[in-house]
Amino acid sequence: MNGRRFSRFLIYFFLTLGAIIMLLPFFVMFTSAFKTTQEINKFPPQWLPSHLSLDNFRRAFAMAPFATYFLNSVIVMVCSVGLTTFTTILAAFAFSRLRFPGRNVIFSLLLSLMMIPFEMLIITNYSTIVDLGLWDSIPALILPFTSSIFYTYILKNFFDSVSDSLYWSARIDGSSNWRYLWKVMVPMARPSLMTIILLNALASWNSFMWPMYVISSKENRTLPWGLQVFTTEAGSYPELLMAASTVVVLPVIILFLFARKYIVRGVARGGLKG
Amino acid sequence: MKKKKQPAEQELGERSFFTRIEPFLYLLPFFLGIAVFTLYPVVNVVLMSFKEGYSHLTRNFTQWGIANYQTVLRDPKFAQAIGNTVKYVVCVVPISTCIAVVVAYLLNQKLRYQALFQTAYFLPMVTSITAVGLAWKLMYNKNFGIINYILSFFGIDKIPWLENAAWSIPALVIFGVWNILPFTIILLLSGLQNIDPQYYTAARVDGSSGTRIFFRITVPLLAPTISLVCIVNTISCFKVFSELYPLFNGKPGPFNNLYTVVYYIRYAMMENRKYGVAAAAALVLFLFIFVFTMIQLALQNRKRKRGV
Repeated sequence: MNGRRFSRFLIYFFLTLGAIIMLLPFFVMFTSAFKTTQEINKFPPQWLPSHLSLDNFRRAFAMAPFATYFLNSVIVMVCSVGLTTFTTILAAFAFSRLRFPGRNVIFSLLLSLMMIPFEMLIITNYSTIVDLGLWDSIPALILPFTSSIFYTYILKNFFDSVSDSLYWSARIDGSSNWRYLWKVMVPMARPSLMTIILLNALASWNSFMWPMYVISSKENRTLPWGLQVFTTEAGSYPELLMAASTVVVLPVIILFLFARKYIVRGVARGGLKG
Repeated sequence: MKKKKQPAEQELGERSFFTRIEPFLYLLPFFLGIAVFTLYPVVNVVLMSFKEGYSHLTRNFTQWGIANYQTVLRDPKFAQAIGNTVKYVVCVVPISTCIAVVVAYLLNQKLRYQALFQTAYFLPMVTSITAVGLAWKLMYNKNFGIINYILSFFGIDKIPWLENAAWSIPALVIFGVWNILPFTIILLLSGLQNIDPQYYTAARVDGSSGTRIFFRITVPLLAPTISLVCIVNTISCFKVFSELYPLFNGKPGPFNNLYTVVYYIRYAMMENRKYGVAAAAALVLFLFIFVFTMIQLALQNRKRKRGV
């Protein structure tokens, strides 16, 4: 019994140690956001700030338009998540329920497109955005992200699991496909849709590489890109940088605390990356 | 039920013009995005990589040929990029997998504070890499960083993590492992939860110890998931870029010594304005990813056949 207790203790000990290491960067970020430059540049390090004030946040927001960045990030996220969810629902329904020639072949071809890295598409998409006259504009951040094969795949899998008889009885009652989709399928698919929407929102919020290519002016930057530009603007003030980083990271952490199960379930299916 | 369904299906199956085009109306918005921003770029990047003397301003090129590939393969910068990328993959994937197997195994025990542990271990997955990277940069600071402070307890002198070419790869690898760990743990955890508990019960009845169970039952039964995770992580590590950007102020390494394949693509495109060369480099990247994806599919098929 004692040996068992000891091994339990060891498990908790190592898990806690690991958890501390995983959380350390966040601890450093949040505490440094409240420190002064002198408090950050100290050895041995000072763990906690001496005073708690939002002064660093105020100074960071005055040095760079983080309020604008924040708003842009929200606009891009809402638009691209809204559009993607809409196109995903329609396409998943068509692939799962409607009949048309070549349906399965087309779907497998789409699945094979999933392995193509976005990095490979950037060269052409960049030119397309320039041609459309959208370079350095908010729509440039939204338009390439209105359809997703991966999310369609997840939702189609769910739609496939719904029994045929439900569909046919609705059709006999005179319901159109459109009505059936929105009144029956979509409410049933709420958990899958939640997962899709959350993964998509996270990807959009954290998106860095694409904005770096297509956005240059201050008023069109989103948070992650604006933050990296800020590193040259605030080079000698690490505390301002950490305050700004906190603004980028905190909303996502709060979201994660509430929606962990949905997000983890989606990731377990292989999502999030790319 | 069946009797009723048959005529209804027939009736609905009477393919009026609307029923015939209806599926395509549903697919239209989806395909618009896919066609313009995925399908066309795929075709175009292949064509572009074979266009010699392509000018991004006039969109003209002199002739078709393989000059772009020759340029890429002869460029010492690209050789460096491949070398660094492979080094990164070879370090990050095994290290993160080993740590993740142990953590997933521990998290799979019946624990209190399960939610708390999960939150801590999974958090890096959802937060912006580039934002957290700035905190890592602070931690790696040679004089005031928390990492060198902790190492000083073990009598290790201050390490110039981000200032020295030799130390910049370990710095990137540690950050990369930390970053990819949550995803790896989640996949392994769901693999563990699929193992039939009967195996454990049987082992316990036989009086096997915890370590023995771990190495004799957990690891072998988890092997298909482990190999799958390795492949998926290899693919994502091949695309290393956003981990690197915040650590060195957007430069690839302290002395531009840490070019990776994706960094090279960006360099060829945005700095040199040689889209053809960038396209050729992108196709080389794709070739790597393609090979590993094929291995992944083969593994997945085998897994399905075995029914694990």
